[in-house]
Amino acid sequence: MLDTIAERPAPAAVASARPAAAPAVMLANVRKSFGSTRVLNGVTLSVKRGDVTCVIGPSGSGKSTLLRCINALTPVDAGTVVVEGIAVHDPALDKLALRRRVGMVFQQYNLFPHKTALENVMMAPIHVLQEDREEVEARAVALLTKIRLLDKAHCYPGALSGGQQQRVAIARSLAMRPTIMLFDEVTAALDPVMVKEVLSTIRDLAEEGITCILVTHEMGFAREVADQVCFTDHGIVVEEGPPEMIFTQPEDPRTRDFLGHVTF
Amino acid sequence: MNGVWEWFAWLNQAHGINLPVFYDSYDRQRFFAGLLTTLELSALSVVASVVIGLIGAWLLGTSSIIARRLVHGYVHAFRNTPPLIQLSFLYFAVGNLLPRLEGVGGSSRPLLDGFAWAVITLSLFGGSFNVEIFRSGIEAVPASTIEAAESLGFGRWRLYRHVVLPLALRICLPALSNNLVNLVKTSTLAYAIGVPELLYVSAQVWSDTMNVREMMNLLLVAYVGIVGVLSFGLRRLETALRVPGLGTVGGRI
Ligand SMILES: Nc1ncnc2c1ncn2[C@@H]1O[C@H](COP(=O)(O)OP(=O)(O)OP(=O)(O)O)[C@@H](O)[C@H]1O
Ligand SMILES: [Mg+2]
Repeated sequence: MLDTIAERPAPAAVASARPAAAPAVMLANVRKSFGSTRVLNGVTLSVKRGDVTCVIGPSGSGKSTLLRCINALTPVDAGTVVVEGIAVHDPALDKLALRRRVGMVFQQYNLFPHKTALENVMMAPIHVLQEDREEVEARAVALLTKIRLLDKAHCYPGALSGGQQQRVAIARSLAMRPTIMLFDEVTAALDPVMVKEVLSTIRDLAEEGITCILVTHEMGFAREVADQVCFTDHGIVVEEGPPEMIFTQPEDPRTRDFLGHVTF
Repeated sequence: MNGVWEWFAWLNQAHGINLPVFYDSYDRQRFFAGLLTTLELSALSVVASVVIGLIGAWLLGTSSIIARRLVHGYVHAFRNTPPLIQLSFLYFAVGNLLPRLEGVGGSSRPLLDGFAWAVITLSLFGGSFNVEIFRSGIEAVPASTIEAAESLGFGRWRLYRHVVLPLALRICLPALSNNLVNLVKTSTLAYAIGVPELLYVSAQVWSDTMNVREMMNLLLVAYVGIVGVLSFGLRRLETALRVPGLGTVGGRI
């Protein structure tokens, strides 16, 4: 099941390139305002390589902004963001180098509507990495097989269901062979069956050693799969820790209050 | 072919419908030269105006305030003035300021002839509308699609080339088609500066032969044909580029 991403270096090989203890993603005192709206108020968070981190919290608490700061879609005002040793907060950041390693999947899929599913997956490796077309196609076919959409390879996004589009969007990111994947409420627009499919795809990635950070309202998934759960409110990380701790004995009253409204 | 020419001679004798541009070799030669000039004028202006539109729309999206101001100034100047005046102004006023080329025996001729000025004016005129048309298409590309491409590592140029332009083109193709069709029709204004295009040679023929009615009908048919070919091509392009979930459902030919 997991051997379909060919040529990926084994997780151990990736890890040995750096001291194993260095976190894959590290945010320290990150601040971000949009005009007078303070969205991130000093976020500090560290994500271990190969871990699954779930970010939970009320709407408007800055979860999407937090993710977007990690791949430099949103520049931070202050603080440090270090991703695999790359200083993302540095104005002289090489965005391409960062985005080769960090994939991002959005709630609204955002596939390229003028390209078929297969072309969507192939586009970035061909045009951005300038890799050999045949090699990329083989990899794209393997990815579509893995997400069980090979029969839809030549369909345009407009002819795919939401869940299918979302899986193509994940494959499109994976085709760049990232070591970190960011997911922003990727299951929010899907029915329960599709949610399961997409979450099981994410679980597979985690088992392959890809560092995953998800913003999610799927508490069941967070509880089951996450290595770390991180509760945000009003632009700060209120509490973080292993799921059994956050879900069973939250320390902060705000976490308790938020989880009190959640049904599993 | 001779049979066709003879048929027109017979048409004249039997019914008095006089079209010497088919049966008279001199008139035929100048009429078809005029048709060719119109086709060249139209094709060059259409292509150049699209290139101007693309470059202008690209410049409007850059961070350079000077570039944006220049494009805005150009669009206002050429979109808000009559093309006949632009043509006269460029040909008579600007054309006379340019150096002349020395010919044999002390004669000289202008650096750019009427045809060149007609191509330049029509391209600038059509281009000013195309800038706005492409800009509206580019602005209609969702920011979320652009962010997805950026997240995949697309830089500014590749983003424009592979994502923004293909989507913008699909969005603005109907408006672009309208403008290009208009541009071909506007090419008859070259008559005013003596470019021997279709209207000009037709006027020559009808002053010589006094067959205004026949030539007028022929002109209309010729333009319906030329514009018809262009619109057909553009419709085909629109159909070929159509993808599900983007643009209108209707509009089938
Ligand atoms: N580009 C922007 N310009 C201005 N304000 C913004 C911008 N992006 C986000 N905000 C504001 O920042 C705050 C946090 O937004 P964000 O999208 O990060 O929240 P979220 O936690 O992801 O919420 P949700 O769960 O609803 O997706 C909101 O109040 C939002 O209005
Ligand atoms: Mg959000």
